[in-house]
Amino acid sequence: MPVEGVAANGHLLAVSNLTKLFGSFAACNGINLQIERGEIHALLGENGAGKSTLVKMLFGVLAPTAGEILWQGQSVRIANPAAARKLGIGMVFQHFSLFEALTVAENIALSMDANISLAKVAEEASRLSHAYGLPLDPKAHVADLSVGERQRIEIVRALLQNPRLIILDEPTSVLTPQEADRLFETLYKLKAEGRSVLYISHRLEEVQRICDRATVLRHGKVTGACDPKAETPSSLARMMVGSDVAAVTAEGTNAKGQVQLEARHLTVPARTPFAVSLKNICLKVHAGEVLAIAGVAGNGQGELFDALSGEYPVADDNAVQIRQRPVGTRNINARRLMGAGFVPEERHGHAAVSALPLSDNLVLARSRSDAKAFLGGGFLKVIRRDAVTSATKRISEAMDVRKSGEDPPAGSLSGGNLQKFIVGRELDRQPSVLVVNQPTWGVDAGAASRIRQALVDLAKAGSAVLVISQDLDEIFEVATEIAVISDGRLSDPYPAQELSREKIGLLMGGMYGKTEGTEAAHAH
Amino acid sequence: MGIVEAILLSVITAATPLVLAAIGELVTERSGVLNLGVEGMMIMGAVSAFAITQITGSPYIGMFAGVACGALFSQLFAFLTLTLVANQVATGLALTLLGIGVSGMMGESFLGMQGVKLQPIAIPLLADIPYVGPLLFRQDIIFYLSVAIVAGVHWFLFRSRAGLKLRAVGDSHASAHALGVSVIRTRYLAVMFGGACAGLAGAQLSLVYTPQWVENMSAGRGWIALALVVFSSWRPWRLVAGGYLFGAVSISQLHAQAFGLGIPSQLLSSLPYVATIVVLILISHNRRMTLINTPASLGKPFVPDR
Repeated sequence: MPVEGVAANGHLLAVSNLTKLFGSFAACNGINLQIERGEIHALLGENGAGKSTLVKMLFGVLAPTAGEILWQGQSVRIANPAAARKLGIGMVFQHFSLFEALTVAENIALSMDANISLAKVAEEASRLSHAYGLPLDPKAHVADLSVGERQRIEIVRALLQNPRLIILDEPTSVLTPQEADRLFETLYKLKAEGRSVLYISHRLEEVQRICDRATVLRHGKVTGACDPKAETPSSLARMMVGSDVAAVTAEGTNAKGQVQLEARHLTVPARTPFAVSLKNICLKVHAGEVLAIAGVAGNGQGELFDALSGEYPVADDNAVQIRQRPVGTRNINARRLMGAGFVPEERHGHAAVSALPLSDNLVLARSRSDAKAFLGGGFLKVIRRDAVTSATKRISEAMDVRKSGEDPPAGSLSGGNLQKFIVGRELDRQPSVLVVNQPTWGVDAGAASRIRQALVDLAKAGSAVLVISQDLDEIFEVATEIAVISDGRLSDPYPAQELSREKIGLLMGGMYGKTEGTEAAHAH
Repeated sequence: MGIVEAILLSVITAATPLVLAAIGELVTERSGVLNLGVEGMMIMGAVSAFAITQITGSPYIGMFAGVACGALFSQLFAFLTLTLVANQVATGLALTLLGIGVSGMMGESFLGMQGVKLQPIAIPLLADIPYVGPLLFRQDIIFYLSVAIVAGVHWFLFRSRAGLKLRAVGDSHASAHALGVSVIRTRYLAVMFGGACAGLAGAQLSLVYTPQWVENMSAGRGWIALALVVFSSWRPWRLVAGGYLFGAVSISQLHAQAFGLGIPSQLLSSLPYVATIVVLILISHNRRMTLINTPASLGKPFVPDR
């Protein structure tokens, strides 16, 4: 479906001096950007750099405070997403706006003209999805689909509008390397048809691989426009961050100690129809070791965390062991009392109550495990405010948590700072076992590096650390051993330096090929 | 007319108000709103239908008055919960209490009056089919309407674009809003439809079932309708099956009591509830289908940002 010829001269989209103020804070400050026809243009930047705000203005979700948007040379005002789609701008969001209870075809139909029948939508979606190598079953319910398949729906939904420009927001953050390769194929096809792609990412390696040009944002301003292929990852990173990001130093991690955390043939049936069952999971984490569990979202990571932490105790007491004592049927507080610490995936609503101040969040997590320190008055269990306040201060300082005021509500902190506090809350107890799920999900590079360093340091100090993560960069930075989870099954652990990204990708897809894989790994 | 036919006729009459009230609530809940005021809207429909029939002499005008009153009454709930974002559970309960009180006051002067019954309408040809004809094609207008409404709701929800939008609003109001669907407007209309159906169910009680006004004559049918919606996993035809099953067991237990089987009457009276719950639980054992059909944002208030 090639795009009809349009006047070949001039930019497809040009943005000049675009500014968006929230109060006195400039999320975007005088942005200039040009996108040519038939190019894949990268928009690089850290979290909070203004990338999302910029594309929301391009897609009509936010109204600019000042500046101009030129579409094919014409000045336009994009009032809402429908207007953007009409111009020929399509968007694939990072957090999908899909309806789980509806089918693929119904989801697509919702964003289309009302006068097209559902059968026709299904037919067209199926044709397009095959033409671009994104197979989809129009009758499937979204609830039953993997994250990668859900993303395909979003892409097909955008393609059905026959757009000239497609905006993709962090599209690979949820994909396996193989799925990402497939997505890149699709992007090349779009480019060959003369369509343009605005590709938002903070993954330098990807940007260098597929993008023709890049615009770098920092603190709401453009700090560079370049050909990413001519740059080095560190020069791009410098433009993004403004200074060199402190590299996590994992060297000198000490030798293995005793087994501190163990799962023995852990099998847990799925609690809900949309959950994953855990199948015969065996793992050992020794003192001084960081075991990282890689895998694509929704392959049992949450369920594994629940079983290890005791949020949902399991039937077999021996299936989970902390410091060589069976704890499978014990609850989370009992496990904490044995010296374990846990950081769940969601910051808001799970790890912290957004509306409560940090000190209250501290008490909620540790009132049982640190009752001696935080509670007084005998059986009355009165909260000792002074002790809690000083602990809150201690944690904030140790982890460099930036906040407004002494003890602000958890919800007022940025994602990165709240995550630093939540991790710091556990580290403050110096746990001998720490289980962390997605420690730096949606966290800016500075905070992520701080958190990763803290995890490595904890292991160096002789604790056993288990990190569940989807971010391969993170895994290679912190792990001494790596295992991969796929459909509720865990692969054998491999020493981090012996494992390649390709091998992890194959394991993520559930292709164990044990003999061949193990040999290859040991051949190094 | 044989005894079997008479029993079947009374089953249909007993089931119709349940099916009507429940199908209205099903649409309301599919849009993500939990309106516990069904009982209140029903009794308001019953009293206004009876009163207007007495005043005008026409049960048809009375029936429309019942529908209008139910719809209007539901908009009070819609305003409180959708515009003012009051708690849906508390507001729904208040609506029921208010409806019972107000209807008692409105109906005081009509107590003990002889009512006017909606007469059956025979459908030519079909009404002459032996056995089936007198049961299904020699009925009052409200029965015909109930069948048409259930079929219409099924078509609307699963075949029409507007119904798709309504289900989308019930599944994730934030995503629906992002797509440009007007969440609040959709919900106002869904609540109004629920109110109109409950009002029609009430009119059936005071114009067909027992053509007179008795205080609190809905007698908990609104609550049964609410339960039917949940146990039918928000699916229209299942809801009809549940409604008729309930009607059938409640009528047969009445006959059983008349025969004097020696079973305590309290036990027999509880049979319709037990039977309906057991059967509907059995047919909704497929948890995946139940989850897919459950409106995910049911009862959650929606406040658009910006």
